[in-house]
Amino acid sequence: MREAACFLDEAPFLTVEGISCSFGPGCAYCADDEADLERNRCPRCGTIHALRRVSLDVYPGEIVGIVGESGSGKSTLMRCICFDQQPSAGSVATPLVDGGTRNLLSCSPEQKRAIRNTVFGMVYQNPWLGLRMDFSALSNIAEQMIAAGNRNVEGMLARGRSLLEQVNIPLSRAADTPREFSGGMQQRVQIAKALSNNPPILLLDEVTTGLDLSVQATVLDLISTLRRELDVSMVVVSHDLAVIRMLAQRSSVMLDGRVIEHGLTDQILEDPQHRYTQQLVHSLL
Amino acid sequence: MSTSVATVEPATVSKAKRSVPSPADCLLRIEGLSKGFYLHETARTIQGCQDISLTVRPGEFVGITGRSGSGKSTILRSVYRTNLPQQGAIWYDSARFGPLDLLQAGSRQILYLRRFELGFISQFLHVLPRTTAYDRVLQSALEVAGPLGITRAEACAETENLLRHFNLTPDLWELYPLTFSGGEKLRLNIAAAMIKKPRLLLLDEPTASLDQSSKLKVRELIKQLKQQGCTMLGIFHDLEFMEGLCDREYNMHEGFMARKG
Ligand SMILES: Nc1ncnc2c1ncn2[C@@H]1O[C@H](COP(=O)(O)OP(=O)(O)OP(=O)(O)O)[C@@H](O)[C@H]1O
Ligand SMILES: [Mg+2]
Ligand SMILES: [Zn+2]
Repeated sequence: MREAACFLDEAPFLTVEGISCSFGPGCAYCADDEADLERNRCPRCGTIHALRRVSLDVYPGEIVGIVGESGSGKSTLMRCICFDQQPSAGSVATPLVDGGTRNLLSCSPEQKRAIRNTVFGMVYQNPWLGLRMDFSALSNIAEQMIAAGNRNVEGMLARGRSLLEQVNIPLSRAADTPREFSGGMQQRVQIAKALSNNPPILLLDEVTTGLDLSVQATVLDLISTLRRELDVSMVVVSHDLAVIRMLAQRSSVMLDGRVIEHGLTDQILEDPQHRYTQQLVHSLL
Repeated sequence: MSTSVATVEPATVSKAKRSVPSPADCLLRIEGLSKGFYLHETARTIQGCQDISLTVRPGEFVGITGRSGSGKSTILRSVYRTNLPQQGAIWYDSARFGPLDLLQAGSRQILYLRRFELGFISQFLHVLPRTTAYDRVLQSALEVAGPLGITRAEACAETENLLRHFNLTPDLWELYPLTFSGGEKLRLNIAAAMIKKPRLLLLDEPTASLDQSSKLKVRELIKQLKQQGCTMLGIFHDLEFMEGLCDREYNMHEGFMARKG
């Protein structure tokens, strides 16, 4: 249990500042961050500005939610944080690396790989991006540990089995490939894999989307338990406000590549300020 | 952190006559609070409350009355910051931060206060799915246990006491409250809020849907909390019921404060 004093005096565990990310050549017009776009697309050159100066902070043991409609940039943000995607501007920092003074985005590829394997655990919206569908569930997990430098085969297998148990995958299925699994099981194997190196920060992109309600509930339970028992900090992305309401005390709302509203989740739901947030909340009622 | 009140004085001052509260006098001091809900879709503002001023001294039980829709809940939700007020100030004398204006407080600060200092019990029943009745109350107790030096065993014992106090019998403890009756859910929520013995407890018609015997239980517990020094600001439909407990009363009319009792 965290002490009262920590709760206050602690610094953010993950600081994401001013991330911009675009796809396309760019032009003089859209080089201006404030330029009017057609949604996220430059009317002059057609460049997609998937993220425009997005910032976010996560404190130790906290779950921060990100909501927004399809195409608002949520997945791109997660991918930029864990180095899958190179943003055009911005910084990512954590006190775990050089006391927080280092912009992780400027690290060397080797350093990034090490950080990616030990600091971040990522669960992709699309399980095909996060899992090797032709490897067994157990080897998917082992692969992640090998990537982090682990060479103890027996140890890895034991850890893999205990992780699968933790996410409620029966050990009888450990040797099966994720291809043979249901969507909910695939997401749970992804979570087990993401947890394998005990990362202090988990990035979860639409982990419950497309799952039927009862499976969704078990995945949400698992996430709450992880936060409570392992004290992992998380960013949880979902277009589903109910998921965010249940998991996150603070959240950000994204629209067309920008954060348009952020703060206390219950305040965003009960007293939304932005036109789009009001639509989102009211469509839910 | 600066404890000088002047530095956190907000820019949006509604009326000229504003004085810095003396922290010794009030635990809560609301000044010129206004809140409207602007809806983009219809370009209309729904009035919540307007130019509200009230004070609550430490240890007091202050009631707010007024008919339905007069803006009572908006005041409490502004204090708890579920609503984001536009104008005025809500001075709260925090044990941890000293006097601060809740309108200007950051999200993390509010989360801290909600965890350790502010309690909220409403007429609405929200239960956490997939958390048993027992765990709901225990988790609430554990949230503050560490800093208060309470052991897990003590938290468990207190959880059982409180569940029993509210007639939630052991056969209900391991069930999910989703299946509970309205009254049971409410009693559970009250137990979860009260077990933390908050410094300031906000009560939004907690007894509205309860039967007489449950109401008496709530009253009894409010009395105990008051004796332990808990300060309360509450909306009660039937304030007579709180006769003898309620120190002062404010009456609301059409979003305004009508008179002081
Ligand atoms: N590699 C890419 N090349 C071109 N455009 C891209 C690329 N990746 C993302 N985009 C665009 O960036 C924008 C943001 O996409 P992103 O996947 O981040 O949205 P999202 O919020 O995760 O949506 P969803 O809820 O559908 O998952 C979209 O307009 C998308 O088409
Ligand atoms: Mg996505
Ligand atoms: Zn352009």
